[in-house]
Formats: sequence, C-alpha cells, structure tokens
Amino acid sequence: MSAAVEDVATTETPAVEAVPKRAMTLGTGTSLVVLALLIVVPLFVKNFIIFQMTMLLIYGVAVLALNILTGGSGQFSLGQSAFYAIGAYTSAILMEQYNVNYALTLPIAGVVCFAAGFLFGLPALRLSGVYLALATFALATAMPQLLKLGFFEKWTGGVQGLVVTKPDAPDSLQSMLLWLHLKMSQDMWLYYFTLAVTVAIYVGSVNLLRSRTGRAFMAIRDNEIAASAMGVDIALYKTLAFGVSAGITGIAGGLGAIAVQFVAPDSYTITLAISLFLGMVVGGVGWLPGSFVGSAFIIFVPNIAESVSKGLSGAVFGVLLFLVIFLVPHGARQVAILCQQAIGRFKKS
Amino acid sequence: MELFTNQILAGIATGAIYACMALAVVMIYQAIDHLNFAQGEMAMFSTFVSWQLMQWGVPYWGAFVLTLAFSFAGGILIERLLFKPLAKAPILTNVAGFIALFAIINSVAGLIWDFTIKQYPTPFGSSPFLGSQLISTHQAGMIGVTLLLLLGLYFFFQFTRIGLAMRAAASLPESARLVGINTSWMIALGWGMAAAIGSIAGMLIAPVVFLEPNMMGGVLIYGFAAAVLGGLTSPLGAVVGGFLVGIFENLAGTYIPGVGNELKLPIALALIVTVLVVKPAGLFGRAIVKRV
Repeated sequence: MSAAVEDVATTETPAVEAVPKRAMTLGTGTSLVVLALLIVVPLFVKNFIIFQMTMLLIYGVAVLALNILTGGSGQFSLGQSAFYAIGAYTSAILMEQYNVNYALTLPIAGVVCFAAGFLFGLPALRLSGVYLALATFALATAMPQLLKLGFFEKWTGGVQGLVVTKPDAPDSLQSMLLWLHLKMSQDMWLYYFTLAVTVAIYVGSVNLLRSRTGRAFMAIRDNEIAASAMGVDIALYKTLAFGVSAGITGIAGGLGAIAVQFVAPDSYTITLAISLFLGMVVGGVGWLPGSFVGSAFIIFVPNIAESVSKGLSGAVFGVLLFLVIFLVPHGARQVAILCQQAIGRFKKS
Repeated sequence: MELFTNQILAGIATGAIYACMALAVVMIYQAIDHLNFAQGEMAMFSTFVSWQLMQWGVPYWGAFVLTLAFSFAGGILIERLLFKPLAKAPILTNVAGFIALFAIINSVAGLIWDFTIKQYPTPFGSSPFLGSQLISTHQAGMIGVTLLLLLGLYFFFQFTRIGLAMRAAASLPESARLVGINTSWMIALGWGMAAAIGSIAGMLIAPVVFLEPNMMGGVLIYGFAAAVLGGLTSPLGAVVGGFLVGIFENLAGTYIPGVGNELKLPIALALIVTVLVVKPAGLFGRAIVKRV
C-alpha cells in the first residue's frame, strides 16, 4: 500500500510541472487587456449583468484562495464554504449591528478568517490527502448548524439570517459624477469596489507565491520531506497557507454578503465548498488567472444546464463537467498554454 | 441502563449500513486510490432498479440477484467509459469526475422515478428479533448480511487467484504488470465489486430511510467517515469503523445535551477527526513510511 500512496504524491505533481515555472500568471500585456475589459464592459450592460460580474469576481477570489492552498502548498480543502461563511457573517454583523463602514469590515473579516484558518490548520497538520479532505468536509457540514445555534442568535439572527444594506458610492465621487451629468448605480459602484479589491488580492497573491513564503509552499507541495530537509519549517508554512487561504476566502465572503445583501446559514452549505473546488479544477490547479475562468464556470454553467432542461439540469451539468475534464484535464490553464503555443507558431511563420 | 443498551443496539444496526457502504468505499480506494463521491448515488440507482424489478413482479431475492449483476456490470461500464480515460489526469480532475457522476446519476434517477418517497420491502420482516424488543429482525438481518459480506471478501482476497491478483495490482501496479496481471481489468473488477457491495447497502437501508433519490446523502458521509476511521486500506477496519460510527452517532444524539439530530453528523465527524489526529492512518490502517 505504501507504494500506492507514494504514487498519489508523485502523480499529483505533473499537473503543475507540465507547464513552465513562470506560468502561474498571465503576461503583463494580457493582464492589462483583461483589466481594461473588466473596467469598460460594465458601462454598457444592464444592472443584472453587472451583479453577475460582481459575483464572478467574488467567487473568483474564493477560488483563488483555494488555489493558493491546493496549487500552492498542495493541501486539499473541502471546507472553504465555512471560511466564506465566517467572513460573510463577520461583515454582516459588523455592518448591521455595529454600524461599521462596509469597506472596513473586509479587512476585519480577513483577519478573523486568517485566525480561524490558522487555528484549524494546527490540528490539520497531521492530516493529508483524503484525511484532510474529510476533516475540512466536517468543518463545512458543521458550519450551517453552528450558525443556527441559539447561543449566537443575538448576533447572527438564527435561521432567518441578516439583511445587509447595499452601500452607495461615496458622496465625493457622486458629486463629481453629478458635475459631469452622470449617475452611478449602487450595483455599478459595488462592482468597481469589488474589482479594486480583487485586483489588490490578485496582485498580492501573485507576489506572495513568488516570495520566499510562496517558494516554501511549493517546496512542501512538491516534496514535503525534501523541503523539511532543506530547512523549511513544514508546520509553520502549512498552517500559514491555511491561514492565508482562509483569510482571502473570508474577504470574498464579506464581499459576497454585501453584494447579495443577505446572509443565512443555508447559503453556506457543502454545495458551496464543492462549487469552489470545481471552479479550481476547471480553471486549472495552481494557475491563478484560471480561478476566474472556474468562477465563471460555476456561476453560469448551472444556469445553462437549467435552461437546457429543467428536470435534467443536474445531468446536463455533470455531462458538461465531464466534457471539460475529458477535453482539458488540466483546466483552463491547458487552453491558455495551447493558445500561447499557437500564437508562438504564428509569430515564427 | 435500558436506554443505553437500546441505543448501542440501534447504533450497531445503523452501523451495519455504514459498514456496508464503507466496505464499498474501501474496495474502490484499494483499486484506484480515490474516494468515490458518487458511490452513494450508484447504490441509490441500483436500489431503484431492484424496486422497479419488484414492481414488475420479480420476487425479492430474484430482484436482489439481478440487481447485483446489474450493479457489477454498471460499475465496470462506468470505469471503462468514464474513468479509464481519466487515469492519467491529475487526481483533483478525477475527483471532479466523481462529482459530475454524482450529479448525473442523481438527476437521472429523479427524472425516471421522481422525488416522492417510496416504501421498500424487507426480506427479513420487521417483527422484534427473537422476541426481544431491542432490535427488529430487519436490523438483525442487516448485521448478519454485513458480516457475511465481510467473511466472503476475506475469503475472496485471501484464498482466490483473482483476489490475490487484485491485491497485487493495488499495492504494486508495476510489479503486478510484470508478472502478467492485467492491472487495468483488476481496477475495473474493483469498480464492479464496489458497485455491487454498494447496491447491497442500498437495498438493506432502503426499508429504513425509504426510497428516494437523495436517500444516500447522509449514509455516504457516514460511510466515508467509517472507512477513514477504520483505515482506508483495511476492509475489516471499514466494518469496525462502521459499527463504531453508528454507535457513537446514537450515543451522542442521546446523551450530549443540545446535540439532537441536527448536530449528530458534525459531532461524529469531529470525533473522527480527533481520532485521526492521534492516529493518522486510521484504527486499522498501516502507517506509511516515506522516503525521499
């Protein structure tokens, strides 16, 4: 059996090694084009689409957080929905019960979730692979029940949850726009706010993975024992990866609470954790821009499946998912590499 | 005291179900090193097939045997069609495949048999077992079938050529191939057997939880928990784990104040995680020594 388990460890790595080392991100040019599109497109679409784009960014950040954990440090979590819930509730409670400004609640949600993730990471240290998956899964199943507990009801609103007010654009910005005879809807303001947060987190994550800490994560992912022999503090960096991932997920959760304007225990079930996991796989494990492709998949594909057939929407979703993993087992990252190669060949000829 | 023994016995009875499911989980895990998230749905589908056969007038044991054959073939088919092509894909891609399979089977079963709850017959009857009020004959029957199954698997793996070949293919695929074992078919066989064992679990639990497309959700989680607790490499461990989880679940629900039905599952899982932190390979699993 020992050999079989080691096989697991070794077969997992090619997923990441199959591509050049620098290819965790997009090139500068492509990134700027994508960013420009993200800035310009909302000006021309309806509010509902803007809302969906906001959700795409928010789930994208949550998938990115999982990607840092799994793609970065090689640990696997099915419990991200729990951290997402903690972040959402932190933001909602601070905003509604204590009148804290919505923008300020996000860093607090991040810190709270970082602490939660770090603490959870400590016992999880001894677990890996399926065992870790089970432990995190336990956390995810317990979370909705814990949120319903009577003890917390004063703050959480129990089963009914909390309604969150949607923020307006800041007054200074509004008066400036008014001067230009423009008006900014709440949805649009929230979108740009989310975009700013997303870009900040994305840039931060890229830099984190390129830093000494990020290299320590990857060393642990590739070979834990070799990494510890090289002097990497395994315990510290594994829990740190958990903490960072949970913290970013918490910020996404806080943003999600503000965007949806509502938190309730049943919004954060294991289904959410599974969705985030699927998003990571579809986007490509360890490829940060893929997180947003994966996020688009988990937001839009269920809708598409629903429109194809109401009764069979689950089956349609499953078949589409199978198609994706059959055609591109390494996710969107594989598509990106193929495109890159095609462009390269085109340039040469 | 009577409440306590009652709870233990009821726990053993539900534990038998978890044990069956855990056996199926371990079978697949041995063959392909993955936890099959669609295992519960495969079992549910098989149970529906047996129900349909009985609706068409096939007697219980006839339907039972036919369903076993159907599940065995179905398991092999799923492996050949869907997961053999994915064998070289990254692990997490495989997990996504299991989730996709889960969604497909659940949705299709819902479409064919809809989501209303159906009665399912028991072959053992539901009268009190041997005059005792503590467990019913069906519960006793479940325990009996699980133990028989475990015994059967033990003999299969210890004393038959195919069983030996399957063990070889699971532990050292390369070397097994060198001595002429068709490892690819051994994996398919593992899938078939896991599907058949899962269908037994499904048919045994259906009289208790009633038949509907989502009936295996909770059971599968307990099955996973049992398999992981007992050690994913050991069928005996899976069965022991199943009984332990069943007993603990019942005791926690009765004696820990404020747990009730809602928190039973989280508490059971928390206990398992605690056990794993102390004994990471599970109670009966072998510890793995790694080298660089």
